[in-house]
Amino acid sequence: MELNFAGTDLCAINGTRSAPDARYDVVVVGAGCSGTAAAIAAATAGSSVLLVDENPVSGALMGNDVPLYFGGRMTAATQNSERMLEAIFMSAPALEQAMEAGVEVLLGTSAWGVYRNGPGVSSLPEQVVGLADASRSWLVGFERIVLATGARDLALAFPGWNQPGVMGAAALRMLLTRYDAFAGRRVLVLGSHDLALESALLAHDRGLKVAGLVEVRDAPQGSADLVAQVAAAGIAIHCGQTIALAKGGIEGVEAATLSSGEVILCDTICMAVGLVPSIELVDAMHGPRTLIATRGGYIPAGEETVSAVGSCAGLADTGFDHIAYRMDWVRALSDVSADDTIVCQCEEVTRADLLGVQPPNYLARPAPMCARSLETLLVDGPANPDQIKRLTRAGMGVCQGRRCRDQVAMLLAIAADRPFGTIPLATHRAPVRPIPLKIMADWHESEAMSAAWDVWFGIPTQWVPVEDIGTPHEDEHRAMLYTGMYE
Amino acid sequence: MSGAEVVIVGGGVTGLSAGWWLARSGVKVTVVDKGIVGWEASGRNGGGASHYQSPLFEEEHRLWPQMDELLGYPTEHRKERIIIAMSERQWEQYRFVAERHRRLGHPVEVLDVKQVQDAVPLAGDNCFGGVHYRFGGHANPQRTVQAYAWALQDLGGTIVQHNAVTGFETASGKVTAVKTGAASYGCDSVVVAAGPQTAALMAQLGIAVPLANARAEMIITEPAPMMPIGGVDGHKLYGRQTMRGNLAYGGGPHEWIDVDATGPVARPSTPLMRNLASRLAELLPKAAHLNVIRSWAGVIENSPDGRPIIDRLTSPDNVVVASMSGVGFGLSPASGHAIRDLVLDGTCSFSDIGILGLSRFANLEPDWREKRGWMPIS
Repeated sequence: MELNFAGTDLCAINGTRSAPDARYDVVVVGAGCSGTAAAIAAATAGSSVLLVDENPVSGALMGNDVPLYFGGRMTAATQNSERMLEAIFMSAPALEQAMEAGVEVLLGTSAWGVYRNGPGVSSLPEQVVGLADASRSWLVGFERIVLATGARDLALAFPGWNQPGVMGAAALRMLLTRYDAFAGRRVLVLGSHDLALESALLAHDRGLKVAGLVEVRDAPQGSADLVAQVAAAGIAIHCGQTIALAKGGIEGVEAATLSSGEVILCDTICMAVGLVPSIELVDAMHGPRTLIATRGGYIPAGEETVSAVGSCAGLADTGFDHIAYRMDWVRALSDVSADDTIVCQCEEVTRADLLGVQPPNYLARPAPMCARSLETLLVDGPANPDQIKRLTRAGMGVCQGRRCRDQVAMLLAIAADRPFGTIPLATHRAPVRPIPLKIMADWHESEAMSAAWDVWFGIPTQWVPVEDIGTPHEDEHRAMLYTGMYE
Repeated sequence: MSGAEVVIVGGGVTGLSAGWWLARSGVKVTVVDKGIVGWEASGRNGGGASHYQSPLFEEEHRLWPQMDELLGYPTEHRKERIIIAMSERQWEQYRFVAERHRRLGHPVEVLDVKQVQDAVPLAGDNCFGGVHYRFGGHANPQRTVQAYAWALQDLGGTIVQHNAVTGFETASGKVTAVKTGAASYGCDSVVVAAGPQTAALMAQLGIAVPLANARAEMIITEPAPMMPIGGVDGHKLYGRQTMRGNLAYGGGPHEWIDVDATGPVARPSTPLMRNLASRLAELLPKAAHLNVIRSWAGVIENSPDGRPIIDRLTSPDNVVVASMSGVGFGLSPASGHAIRDLVLDGTCSFSDIGILGLSRFANLEPDWREKRGWMPIS
């Protein structure tokens, strides 16, 4: 069969992508204080500005602890999206000011990916951000994007943490101050740095019972002023302690047992050991980031086109080494937890299987497999969370690793006896929020995209069975499967 | 200079399988990789193992069901595939392919809409019909590459990671050592199975290996209820349901890219995810509510005819080169066997693989990439 090539690969991506659905000079992701202020500033300076915020997030996402660690402690009101939309809008007076300044505001709208040409891709017509709401996804072009995505909860495993009522400090604040939809009544707070102290005071101010704080180190870690306020509120800080067990029933947590053996009644255990800057959009686009222990972890390096503000750009630097503090917690919790404690809730990966690099339970573990472990893997090279993820599935679930990514890295650092900073950051991938297929779908794709679509490369000789090469069947094959692709 | 008898350049699935096969024959093997085993296309692909077009097909089909036992590690291999047509044109094409399989003696059944829905619980009544391949199958690429690496080590072989091969030492018409930035590995024979880096490495030996690199993308959903056969695709998608239940699918336009001699710098995915999502939602409408939770991309090197290259050079005569043109994962049990045969015996024992030789490109026009339009976007 002679092929005459036309100089064009009709199955290549070139020229097939649609233009974005809209364009703005500036897109701001996240309508907290910093994001809203950035949007107002840009609009006041004469830019066209789109401000998106994923809140209110759907009850289904909240149930998967996305984007924060809600721990099942949201009220049924969160299922009412119109009511939540109103609550979110009313909780942020600056939004009205933004709209008056000419900012277009979209609530209930998440940003799931930022894309631009660079190494490995040159086919994008322009830089875009992918957005989605409850009914569709779309692309928006921009000159500049400001990420004000905040910080997410650091989750740490201990016996019983995988039940309703164990949640994060950022989720607690969100439910109390923006959704007005927190379902707990009696809260035990883990940690005693400013985040934990502020969480306790907030809960106390909202009329909740704060059952105490638990501090792994020997003394409270936060500012003296906050410690004094907590003391004045009559809230105890249990120092030199960790949580050994969360006991519960059908509604979730009912009590916590400390490492001392003391039992504290509570329906909510609020993890306030740390917050992690939400850099997933930057990391998924291979943007530069750097690890700064006093700012809560990896933060965007920052650039003109893609910038970060607020806690997405790093926690306020008070000189406190957040990484060292978290490592102390992980070590202490590991000491009081059995090896079969679940670390990855989505995929039900235990600490033993994580550090044993064992496959999930639905696969057989023959003798050679059982003989493998992190220790044998470390002989081949440094620990890499992505490799561990592929083998154990830890971090591969629907929460997209939010509940285990950080603790897996810390456990690997401890097991490998290496500093935390030497463990690579597990890759973030778009979509950085779980988005249903039917919402993600481009139902109006370009004709060029449809025309170019083939299952694989569309090379006319690739799939001809070896038995048919040089026979009339070869031409039949090409005529049926590759019509029009080559001259 | 002591050292391994065979050094394999590239710890992708092809190099690892070749190393495992050689180790099974008692050969001392060292596999050298720039990073972690299976980190490029070998660990990021559709997992398909049904390459009926290949002279290696019968061996692929024979070996896969045995691989867990032979390797000693799980690969998640599952038998059979079902291909679903979502348009009149696809239905015509897929039935043509089914007829071809019958002619070649591969067991297939053509399914009507009702039979598709019975066999594939996530399918809808929007399809035109399907074809059930009672052969081939699929496996988990990431788990399989590590299984090869471990099995090779269990047989006494060595894996050297994070050590990019930079060149060769030659003497008297043979490669005598493989060089990395950090070390030199003496050898009696060399296998070059370095994916996109193959062409640059072979050029150092004066051998032209015509390859062009492209990027392709996949998406993955949260787990769906398990289907009886996970190897369900069609609608111009390829993919599978994993044994965890996730739907992992790719397809659609590729992008030709330049790759550095040292390998891909990045493997970015793009909003093509949305076009994959719409097709997957059509193919499996009862899964349309499931969340997409990841996307990824990989870099694939293609030969001018899209068929693999597996050949032993005449000079230097102790070098075997292998580049699999995007079908390396599924064919790996067989390609490793073929490479083992070429290294030790000079000829493939189980199939005539002459069609995979480099000599087919002897008269290739210098501007073959331009003629095919396989050029990066400028």
